[in-house]
Amino acid sequence: MPTNPNAGRLIRRALPVLATLPLLAGCGELIVLDPAGDIARQQGNLVVISTLLMLLIVAPVMAATAWFAWKYRAANTDAKYAPDWDHSTQLELLIWAAPLMIIICLGALTWVSTHLLDPYRPLTSGGAESPLGPGQELQAPLEVQVVALDWKWLFIYPEQGIATVNEFVAPVDRPISFRISGSSVMNSFYIPALAGQIYAMPGMETKLHAEFDQTGSFFGLSANYSGAGFSNMQFGAHSMSAGDFDRWVQKVRSSPGELTRDAYLLLERPSEKVPPMHFSAVEPQLFDLVVNMCVEEDKMCAHEMMAIDERGGLGLAGIHNVRRLAYDKHAGRGSAGPDSMLLADGSRYVQATCLAQLDPVKGGLLDPVNVAPLTGAGLSRPASLAAALL
Amino acid sequence: MTPHPAPEVGPILGRLSLEAIPLHEPILVATFGAVAVGGLAMLALLTKFRLWGYLWNEWFTSVDHKKIGIMYMVLGLVMFLRGFADAIMMRIQQAIAFGGSEGYLNAHHYDQVFTAHGVIMIFFVAMPFVTGLMNYVVPLQIGARDVSFPFLNNFSFWMTTAGAVLVMASLFIGEFAQTGWLAYPPLSGIAYSPNVGVDYYLWSLQVAGVGTTLSGINLIVTILKLRAPGMGLMKMPIFTWTSLCTNILIVASFPVLTAVLTLLTLDRYVGTNFFTNDFGGSAMMYVNLIWIWGHPEVYILILPLFGVFSEVTSTFSGKRLFGYTSMVYATIVIMILSYLVWLHHFFTMGSGASVNSFFGITTMIISIPTGAKLFNWLFTMYRGRIRYELPMMWTVAFMLTFTVGGMTGVLLAVPPADFVLHNSLFLIAHFHNVIIGGVLFGLFAAINFWWPKAFGFKLNTFWGKVSFWCWVPGFWVAFTPLYVMGLMGVTRRMRVFDDPDLQIWFVIAAIGAVMIAAGIGAMLVQFAVSIWKREELRDESGDPWNGRTLEWATSSPPPEYNFAFTPMIHDLDAWHDMKNRHHDRPITGYRDIHMPRSTGTGVILAGISLVMGFALVWHIWWLAALSFVSLIGYAIYHTFNYDRDFHIPAARVAEVEEARSRQLDALRAAEPQAAGA
Repeated sequence: MPTNPNAGRLIRRALPVLATLPLLAGCGELIVLDPAGDIARQQGNLVVISTLLMLLIVAPVMAATAWFAWKYRAANTDAKYAPDWDHSTQLELLIWAAPLMIIICLGALTWVSTHLLDPYRPLTSGGAESPLGPGQELQAPLEVQVVALDWKWLFIYPEQGIATVNEFVAPVDRPISFRISGSSVMNSFYIPALAGQIYAMPGMETKLHAEFDQTGSFFGLSANYSGAGFSNMQFGAHSMSAGDFDRWVQKVRSSPGELTRDAYLLLERPSEKVPPMHFSAVEPQLFDLVVNMCVEEDKMCAHEMMAIDERGGLGLAGIHNVRRLAYDKHAGRGSAGPDSMLLADGSRYVQATCLAQLDPVKGGLLDPVNVAPLTGAGLSRPASLAAALL
Repeated sequence: MTPHPAPEVGPILGRLSLEAIPLHEPILVATFGAVAVGGLAMLALLTKFRLWGYLWNEWFTSVDHKKIGIMYMVLGLVMFLRGFADAIMMRIQQAIAFGGSEGYLNAHHYDQVFTAHGVIMIFFVAMPFVTGLMNYVVPLQIGARDVSFPFLNNFSFWMTTAGAVLVMASLFIGEFAQTGWLAYPPLSGIAYSPNVGVDYYLWSLQVAGVGTTLSGINLIVTILKLRAPGMGLMKMPIFTWTSLCTNILIVASFPVLTAVLTLLTLDRYVGTNFFTNDFGGSAMMYVNLIWIWGHPEVYILILPLFGVFSEVTSTFSGKRLFGYTSMVYATIVIMILSYLVWLHHFFTMGSGASVNSFFGITTMIISIPTGAKLFNWLFTMYRGRIRYELPMMWTVAFMLTFTVGGMTGVLLAVPPADFVLHNSLFLIAHFHNVIIGGVLFGLFAAINFWWPKAFGFKLNTFWGKVSFWCWVPGFWVAFTPLYVMGLMGVTRRMRVFDDPDLQIWFVIAAIGAVMIAAGIGAMLVQFAVSIWKREELRDESGDPWNGRTLEWATSSPPPEYNFAFTPMIHDLDAWHDMKNRHHDRPITGYRDIHMPRSTGTGVILAGISLVMGFALVWHIWWLAALSFVSLIGYAIYHTFNYDRDFHIPAARVAEVEEARSRQLDALRAAEPQAAGA
């Protein structure tokens, strides 16, 4: 536990409700209000400040409710009774203006803090507790690519060329720049000790910037329900000194497994309670392939498809592209294993299906089609597509 | 997990087979046994006492808004017990699934339970309760004979019931969705939910949604067109005002739900790509669309209850409502703003700081008119003579509870705060704080308030107080631990936990749930005891609370035509005004009263819709086609039914009204002093 108090913690002590909670120590820690990263700390402080601001009006209202409820009870015939009194301009002004004032303050706080704590905004200076004072040069951020899989988390460290599953490690006091995506369904990437969460969505990329300012072992989780294995979609999040981090990287580099495209396709198959895994090397483009949903060798990447569509599409020839995507459309990602993608002769299902027509009688595959004449409505085929098809 | 094989679709039964019956789940088998025994016993009793004809003629086919209102309340209550059973199951699972224990529910079952809990509580508990309340009270408050479209009203009720039946069927035939109550794709898409669960979800909501939308249209027209002469919009009772705003919200937002569910249905049934990962589909589009319906929905639920609290506070404080005009404008402002805040449900999607700030601030602005309402209730109590009958007790409990829920809601509207609390148990605590503390407490106030009007006798006070003192502390015991755990970073929809420190909190929450269960039990006892001892609780005056609005001007229960003569309105609190002016009931000059005739068409159309929904869930295409054709055919056939109305002869009206006069005379004779009270 950190010992140096700061403004946020003083405020929390002042908050009577929360002040009683340390009495229940041992029943879990309020990590959201006492995290180990500057972003999460500012967010936690905002929770407290907003609550206090609202209590300015909520507490008197609740007190007045209890007071009026008691004072004007029917049994108390001494209290004034004004059955036809139903309007007072001054009071009307008060009841609209008082909440308005609070909301103006809170709104201003919201506008500023939402922009300052925007997860997409790179960290510009050390946090309040960072040993780097304001104005000091920041270290270059550590890039970490995060992929939510069914039901585990993949972390790729492109700078170090390593990858891990269900174990996140970062050096303390160094900004971390996360690029986040998912393989199958929506999850939410959340390390309470570090920073607020952001959705991890398949085919899309979200960003998060944060920094640990204390060392220690924390936890991370998915905060958005994602299917049967969701409850165990947790991982350890560790903050350590730069030296320890380098030693950890060396350890990972010496582990046997490598994360190739095929290894990833195996990894993304649904599994639960996966213990931490280390990969000493990783396919350099893997994260972009995941975002574009084309880790399979034969699949067209979403960005390629978009580029073609932007130029007007391919007409009839485009049918082949559709088939290259549609063959496994009704199967969840990773649920059709590599076996089902290979045909009896060893050729890949995707390629075979896309380049051949189905035999209407026997249901098998006919000879590959010559796609050369199918150039579409007067459009020439992009070179890369032609290469991919032939 | 093995690859999902494409389910076999047979020509006769579609995907349906004996394997769809969950015989491997002992909990479901036992539940089925209990439901079957109870159901058979009820059917046997109904047959023995020859009640079928009575039920069919007097209730099921009735187009009387009062009976339909009561049937909605019964539906809500039955579904409430089911939804609460789900809640108890979740609380027990979370209290024991620690330290490697898997608890007693597997993921397949648990995930259905939390999905069903949300769906049932919102669509089949809160909505029927609110709709039933508006159905019963609004026509009486505006001095109308019935709603504008009485047959449509009956049809709406049965469509809602058909949706509820379809959800209940999923318990024993197949499965329900395992997606969470809003069924976000891609998880709810065909690739990740290939079985019938999501299809049950889609079709039950679509069938019920027809009912909700039509009843919204019906009540808007009723309020705008059928008000008694003299009742200008600014002389409408506040409950009618909030009902009007709620129904405008229903009509404007439910089509969005229908559309978004239709798009998801197309994705699942015909292979379109609106919300898929591939082919340019966007799950974010679904999340936006469903919340464009979903946020107004929470105001659809709470606004009528704000109206209830206004009526109750004013009545039991013996005072005019403070700030009626600002109350009306606050309601309208809330109605409009509720469309401008939907994105606050997913700040964490990464929309960017300016978009998030905009939606955060619009959300906070809603708290201004809501705060104004709270102040208005407060100043209505100020210098009043507050009688603590049960409705008023619930109202004070609401004012204290809801304020906290509102505060945590505004807190969650601050985007950076939401980043650390989104989807956490803090969020769960927040919305239960407003829905239980607002909607449910309001319903309990309303039930205790209007029960004597509906049945002619008051509810037992002792058991009502027992229920109150179990519910209110029970709520806080159940949900305070969730607020705390939210601050510990514990997220929602978890089935098992690692951290043993959390267990104590879940155990406390489970104790709270048991207290709430006792509260529900006491409420059922309250109903039973009150019906048992109804003669002791009889109210013959029709105005047991010294009420202020028009519904208290007629007898309890009101005659089927509500008012023999449509009253003339001169003041806001019409009945209070009439009492002040020593208004005398007209006792001569009765005329024939034109009334709508009962019809079984609503039951039949909804029944066919239910069959069609079931057929579509199970891909029984021939049955779906057949029921669709029958649905259209029967609807056309009904248009040839010209026997739609009848007249209650003046003599009959005179008879009823004279009986009422004798009743009132007897009352006056018995208590000569009471007139001035």
